[in-house]
Amino acid sequence: MSSDINPASSGISGALTGLFRRPEVGAFMGMVLVFAFFSYFGADRNFLTPFGTSSWVNAASTIGIIAIPIGFLMIAGELDISIGAVVPAAKMTMAIVCGFYGQSIFVGLLATFAIAGMIGWINGTIVVRTKVPSLIVTLATLFSVSGLTLFLSLMLTDTTSQALTSPDWAKALFGSYHFWGFQSSVFWWLGLSAVLYYVLHLSPWGNWIFALGGDKESARNAGIPIDRLKIGLFMLASMAAALSGVCETVLSNSATTTTNFALIFNTIIAVVVGGVLLTGGFGTVAGVFFGTATLAIVQQGIGYTPFDRNLSSLIIGVMLLIAVLMNDSFRIMATNWSSKKK
Amino acid sequence: MSKAVLELRNVNKSFGPIDVLHDISLKVRAGEVLCLLGDNGAGKSTLIKTLAGVHKPTSGQMLMDGEPVTFERPRDAADRGIATVHQFGGTFPLMSVGRSFFVGMEPTKGIGPFKVFDRDKANAVAVRAVQEFGITRITDGDRLIGGLSGGERQSLAIARALHFGARVLILDEPTAALGVKQASHVLRVVMEARKRGIAVIFITHQVTHAMAVGDHFAVLIRGALAAEFARGEKSREEITDLMAGGEALANLGADVEAYMASHAGHPPPPQH
Ligand SMILES: Nc1ncnc2c1ncn2[C@@H]1O[C@H](COP(=O)(O)OP(=O)(O)OP(=O)(O)O)[C@@H](O)[C@H]1O
Ligand SMILES: [Mg+2]
Repeated sequence: MSSDINPASSGISGALTGLFRRPEVGAFMGMVLVFAFFSYFGADRNFLTPFGTSSWVNAASTIGIIAIPIGFLMIAGELDISIGAVVPAAKMTMAIVCGFYGQSIFVGLLATFAIAGMIGWINGTIVVRTKVPSLIVTLATLFSVSGLTLFLSLMLTDTTSQALTSPDWAKALFGSYHFWGFQSSVFWWLGLSAVLYYVLHLSPWGNWIFALGGDKESARNAGIPIDRLKIGLFMLASMAAALSGVCETVLSNSATTTTNFALIFNTIIAVVVGGVLLTGGFGTVAGVFFGTATLAIVQQGIGYTPFDRNLSSLIIGVMLLIAVLMNDSFRIMATNWSSKKK
Repeated sequence: MSKAVLELRNVNKSFGPIDVLHDISLKVRAGEVLCLLGDNGAGKSTLIKTLAGVHKPTSGQMLMDGEPVTFERPRDAADRGIATVHQFGGTFPLMSVGRSFFVGMEPTKGIGPFKVFDRDKANAVAVRAVQEFGITRITDGDRLIGGLSGGERQSLAIARALHFGARVLILDEPTAALGVKQASHVLRVVMEARKRGIAVIFITHQVTHAMAVGDHFAVLIRGALAAEFARGEKSREEITDLMAGGEALANLGADVEAYMASHAGHPPPPQH
C-alpha cells in the first residue's frame, strides 16, 4: 500500500531509504519477523495450517475493526478507552433486543449502533467542550457505560448474560465460520480497512485529521470544523467497537456484560506497534493493520510453540517498547527527510 | 481614494469577562497596506482573527464592499478572498508541503462521492508557489514541513495566503522568524500585492518594516484604537513611541545606548 509520503527517490538505495521512513514498513517488518519466529517454532504444531492461521486472523479481526478508528483518534491527538465498555454494551443490546424481546436483527442493529453512536457523541462533545483530556473523559464513560450495562441488563432481564439466535443471513454476515475457519469479522476488518484507508490517505478528510493532530489551532484557522471532526471520530470509534461486539455476539449466540479491559490495551498496542505517533499528527492505516496482525500472531501463536503462554505478554511488552522508540526515530527522520528528485 | 474593501464598525470582542477589543472602527482599501501596530497583548492578533472568521465579534459590524458580513467560520472569510497568515501557525510538522499548503482547501479529483485528494496537483502548485516566492530549495511537494527551516515555513505560509488571498491579505508578524533577505522579500511581496490591488493588513513590531510598506497606520493600545494616520504624517520617533504604548521610547533609546556603551555592548535587563 502506498501512503501520502510516497518516496519519489530514484534508484534502489533511494527507494530503500524512502521505504524505511514510512511507519507501515517498520510495522510490516515487525510482523514478518514475528511471523517467521512463530512459524519456525510452531510449524510442527499446526501454526501454519488453515486452523492455525484462522485462529490468529480471527483474533486480529476483533481487535482490528476497533484499532483503526482508535488510530484515527490518536492521529487526531485523542484517545478512547471507553470501547472496553462499548463492546459489551453493544453485545448486550443486541442480545436483549433480539434474544430477550425477540425483535428482528434489523431493530437490534439499529438500537446497538444508535447507542454506540450516542456514547461516541457524548465522549466527543465532552472532550471538545471541556478540554478535559480524552483519556479521563473516556475513562469516565468506560465506567459509566459498564455500570449502566450491568444495571440495565439486570433490571430488564434479571441476568448478566443473554442468549441470542440469529437467522442464517445474519449469521453469514456477522458471525459464522467461512473457508479455512475465518470468521465473518475477518471480512469486516478487511473491508473497513479499505474504506478507512480511502478516508485517511485518499480523501480530503484525511488531510483534516492529520492537520487536527498536527496543530489544532492552525487547523481551526485553516477553516477545518475541528469540533465536529473530533466528535465524528469518537462516534466512529464507538460504532466500530459496536460492530466488533455484534460480530462476536452473533458468532457465539450469546452476550455477557463483562467489561473488556484487555481490549483497551490491545487496541492501543496495535495502534502504537502500527507506527502511529502517540503525540498525534502521523500514522497510517496499513501500519495499524500490520500492528494488529503482529499482536494477534504473538497472542495466538504462542499456543502453537513449546514456550510458556505467559511469555507472550513479555514479547508484546518488549515489542511495544521497541515500537515506541522506533516511532520516535521515525518522526525525527521523517521531518529531516528531503528526497532528491532526479 | 478607493472604496473600503473591508470595514469594521464599533467592533468589540471579549473572551468571557476579558475585554480584548474596544469599539474598533477601521477601514482597509484595495491597493493599500494597513499597518497594525501595538505592544504585546494589545489585541492585534485578536483583531485580525476576527477579520479572518476565527472569532466572531461580541458586538459591532463587519462590512465587505459596504455590505454587512458575518463569518461563521474561517472558511467563510476564505471564500470571500480573505487569506491570513497567523502569527504562530500554518505549520503541521508531520505533513507534506503539498498537503499542508491546501489544508482546508484540498483539491480533489474523481467523480461523485469518491473524491480523491489530488496529490500531484497539490504538490505542483505548492512547489511552484514557494519557488516563485524565492525559496528554490523546496523542489519536492512530498517533503515534510518539519524538515524546513523557520523561514522556509513562514515563506510557505505566505505563499499559501498569496495563492488564496484574492482580495485581502492579512499577515500577522510575517517577518518575525525571517532573516534579512527573506524579510525584505516579504516586504517586496507586500508591495507587489498592493500593486495588484489587494488590500493588505500587516502586523509588525519593526518600525523599519512598517515604514517601508505602510500606507496607513493604526495603533492599538490595550484593545482600543489609539491613533490612526497616513504615511508621512508622523515621524519615525513618534511611531516608535506609539508602538511601545505611548511611552517615550526615544528617550529610552538614548538611555539604552548609554547603558550599552558602558556595559560592553550588553542591553540593560528588562524593567517592569
Ligand atoms: N482566546 C482567548 N481567550 C482569552 N483571552 C485571549 C484570547 N485570545 C487573546 N486573549 C487575550 O487578548 C489579549 C490580546 O491578545 P493578542 O494575541 O490579540 O495580542 P497581540 O497584540 O497580537 O500581541 P503580540 O504582539 O504579542 O502578538 C491578550 O491579553 C490575550 O491574553
Ligand atoms: Mg499577536
